[in-house]
Amino acid sequence: MAIEFKLPEVSEGVESADIAELHVKEGDTITANQIVAEVETEKALAEIECPHAGRVAKVHVSAGDSVAIGAVLLTIEESNGAESSDSGSKDDAPKAEEKQEEKKEESKPAEQKSAPAENKQPASTSAPARQPSATVPADEDRAPAPAGPATRRLARDLGVDLYQVNGSGPGGRITQEDVQNYVKQRLTQPAAAAGGGGPIAPPPLPDFSEFGNTRREALNKIGKTAAQHLTTSWNVIPHVTQHDLADITDIEMARKTFLAGPGKNGPKVTMTAIAIKAAVTALKAFPKFNSSLDPETNEIVYKEYYNIGVAVDTENGLVVPVVKDADKKSLVQIAADVTELAVKARDRKLGMADMKGANFTITNLGGIGGTSFTPIVSYPEVAILGMSRGQKQLSLIDGELEERLKLPLSLSYDHRVINGADAARFIVKLSALLSDPFTLLSEC
Amino acid sequence: MRDFDAMANADFHADVVVLGAGPGGYPAAFEAADHGKKTILVNDDVAPGGVCLNRGCIPSKALLHVAKLLHESHEAAEWGITFEKPKIDLDKLRDYKNGVVTGLTGGVRQLCKARKVQLEEARGTFLSSNLMELSYKDGSKKTLSFDKAIVATGSVPAMPPIFKLDDDRVMDSTGALELKDIPGKLLVIGGGYIGLEMGSVYAALGSEVTVVEMLDGLLPGADRDLVKPLQKRLEKQLHAIHLNTKVLGLEATKAGIVARLEGENAPEEETFDRVLIAIGRRPNAQNIGLDKTKVQIDEKGFIKVNSKLQTDDPQIYAIGDVAGEPMLAHKATREAKVAVDVILGEPAEFDVRAIPAVVFTDPELAWCGVTEREAKEQGLDVTVVRFPWAASGRAQTIDRTEGLTKLIFENKTERILGMGIVGPGAGEMIAEGVLAVETAAVARDLAESIHAHPTLSETIMESAEGMFAQATHYYRPKK
Repeated sequence: MAIEFKLPEVSEGVESADIAELHVKEGDTITANQIVAEVETEKALAEIECPHAGRVAKVHVSAGDSVAIGAVLLTIEESNGAESSDSGSKDDAPKAEEKQEEKKEESKPAEQKSAPAENKQPASTSAPARQPSATVPADEDRAPAPAGPATRRLARDLGVDLYQVNGSGPGGRITQEDVQNYVKQRLTQPAAAAGGGGPIAPPPLPDFSEFGNTRREALNKIGKTAAQHLTTSWNVIPHVTQHDLADITDIEMARKTFLAGPGKNGPKVTMTAIAIKAAVTALKAFPKFNSSLDPETNEIVYKEYYNIGVAVDTENGLVVPVVKDADKKSLVQIAADVTELAVKARDRKLGMADMKGANFTITNLGGIGGTSFTPIVSYPEVAILGMSRGQKQLSLIDGELEERLKLPLSLSYDHRVINGADAARFIVKLSALLSDPFTLLSEC
Repeated sequence: MRDFDAMANADFHADVVVLGAGPGGYPAAFEAADHGKKTILVNDDVAPGGVCLNRGCIPSKALLHVAKLLHESHEAAEWGITFEKPKIDLDKLRDYKNGVVTGLTGGVRQLCKARKVQLEEARGTFLSSNLMELSYKDGSKKTLSFDKAIVATGSVPAMPPIFKLDDDRVMDSTGALELKDIPGKLLVIGGGYIGLEMGSVYAALGSEVTVVEMLDGLLPGADRDLVKPLQKRLEKQLHAIHLNTKVLGLEATKAGIVARLEGENAPEEETFDRVLIAIGRRPNAQNIGLDKTKVQIDEKGFIKVNSKLQTDDPQIYAIGDVAGEPMLAHKATREAKVAVDVILGEPAEFDVRAIPAVVFTDPELAWCGVTEREAKEQGLDVTVVRFPWAASGRAQTIDRTEGLTKLIFENKTERILGMGIVGPGAGEMIAEGVLAVETAAVARDLAESIHAHPTLSETIMESAEGMFAQATHYYRPKK
């Protein structure tokens, strides 16, 4: 008996996945729970186990395909075969078909019968997104959306899925106005526009070949998701960035001493881990920074938990895993979390759960360089802290010129929720916490 | 890969080349030219217009018009008018038919000129995805380079080898339309629309016509209740209709073509003066050089296309009969517009829901959208409302009360999913059904739009009334 193995739910909320690698081919025999493919979702790589044993009769996808959850990946002929029982009834079927065939197109003699073999090759790859078929397109299994040809054309023009539009006419008929209203409505809720792009469609590209050769590369899933999310964030949030320099001379010395001594065998306590600890304290002092703005009700949603996102640069792009309940963890625990999440991110083993639920994000470019930058707040968060490279500066301390290590901080915030004075207070607080190990110790 | 050298050396270049000038090809060429594309229309048929104009829809309708007149002159006896037996001048009839054809094909030529579509009367064969060779009747050859090609090469009558006798008494539809003589006895193999239309013509002209159909009913695909009134009338006009009957073989003898039949009520052997083979049509996708392109052909011989009429070759589109069922001129014309729109970068798609099917027999039979049988097969939740023409004043005045109009409604929304009509003028009336299905009209839309009285179109309005109330002129006892 043939079984269709469908792409299972990879992780919560994920609707489709890209096939990264296929481990089986047609004709292979597989055992139950064998890993048959690796798929890439928005942010993670997952292995797909097939619960069925048998022979792979057909592979319906190939590497690189974007496949919806529930789509058929493989047809498997189960090894405990019940095949023979079918053959009896099979004998009759062709006869009936033959009769039809003869009648409708009696013309199909030998020459045509030989044809299918050569035509069975898969359609050329140069024609993407094509599914040539000889018949009128079927609307999958659904009845066609109730709309006239002009309305259908308008919907195609605007890229509207008519099944998503509520028809105002009798019998649910969709009018052109319905399509226009649907588009207007979607444009006024940009936050919900997870479909990518902001309200302004980018103009088409010029023909670069006039200027020189070009090469094209598709964004990977992580890239696409990040692009969508950043566009939404940028379009929704009125950004302001506040800069400061934190004097981290003492805390850096303390950190090094700790790492050389008691912390030698523990996780590496980084400046990022310290900043997380300090950020939690600042968030507690300024709860607005630990909130979200509900666009529908215009309410500020204050959160009573402290999850901090940490931007991690990987080969495949930017991901932001989350240190959960940072307020309940010691600095060493936080350091351990950050290390573990960074490793997972680089190995593409992060699950969706690892990347959800941040209240505030820290992005540290200090390892690379730079003096300051303007990070984009990650919607629906309201603030993000950027850290640049610490730099030695001369400071006047009690009339004495001293060499101090200064860490440039860049705090971007959602000006709808946070006013400038609060932002200045927040960053000053943060600087103070980072400047004095004892303050940090006493308040955390 | 584009062969730029070969393209540069070609005799002509077209933005869009259309191969075949039938009801798919010439509208495609016109549409492209109207949008400023340099368009070349390549055609190797006797005249532009394709099968439809030259030896299909148009000449057959001219003859059916005459057939109807002959029948009515006969029936008029019932209304108190008696004519003498009509004299048939076959040459003149043929001239009339040919005149209709040349008038229309001449019109297509003129329209080409007016639109600056370059008509090349040559056989076109693809050399690559961007080059075509044109072979002219005088033996000369030219090459044509193009950016986009639309294949609209149509179809030919299917002629299985067992019927191929190389005897002109065995005809396909083309031969039958030539009207060489009026055979005493004509055998029509195939009870589809072509067989019935041409069988009716010859019967009206005086032939004794026998129709043999392999399946258990005429016009497979049409709902049986629509076929019934037609069949009843045909049984009177034709000599015999043999259903469930197979033609085992044909043999040319001096006395005629001897057909060996196998079926319940069919004679085992019968001799006919002529035989018309009308068992279907075959797409013309062979011998036009498609193997030099990336175009793919399906197992039935049709060019594979998607809903944008794109083939597997990004430069090449296909429309009409060669691009798949149903093989109907009006489908080809719509596809032509879609293909050109797509070439122009418009968001077009062939997403029609109602391709009307019309059989131009007497009575005519027409349907569109979902048939009753399809609704049943697809498990749709529908109500079928029938309005018999006996309740139509107009039908009474023309003495054609055997007709039937029916509408298929989706229950939940009262939306019209399909329409079927049998009766004189059904082919014209079905247009309203197409509009209703395409625009997702509901029962009240039709019922509450005034239809002129007394016309047959009122039967559509009254059928729609039957969905939510009683039709004015037809009372259905409540269940």
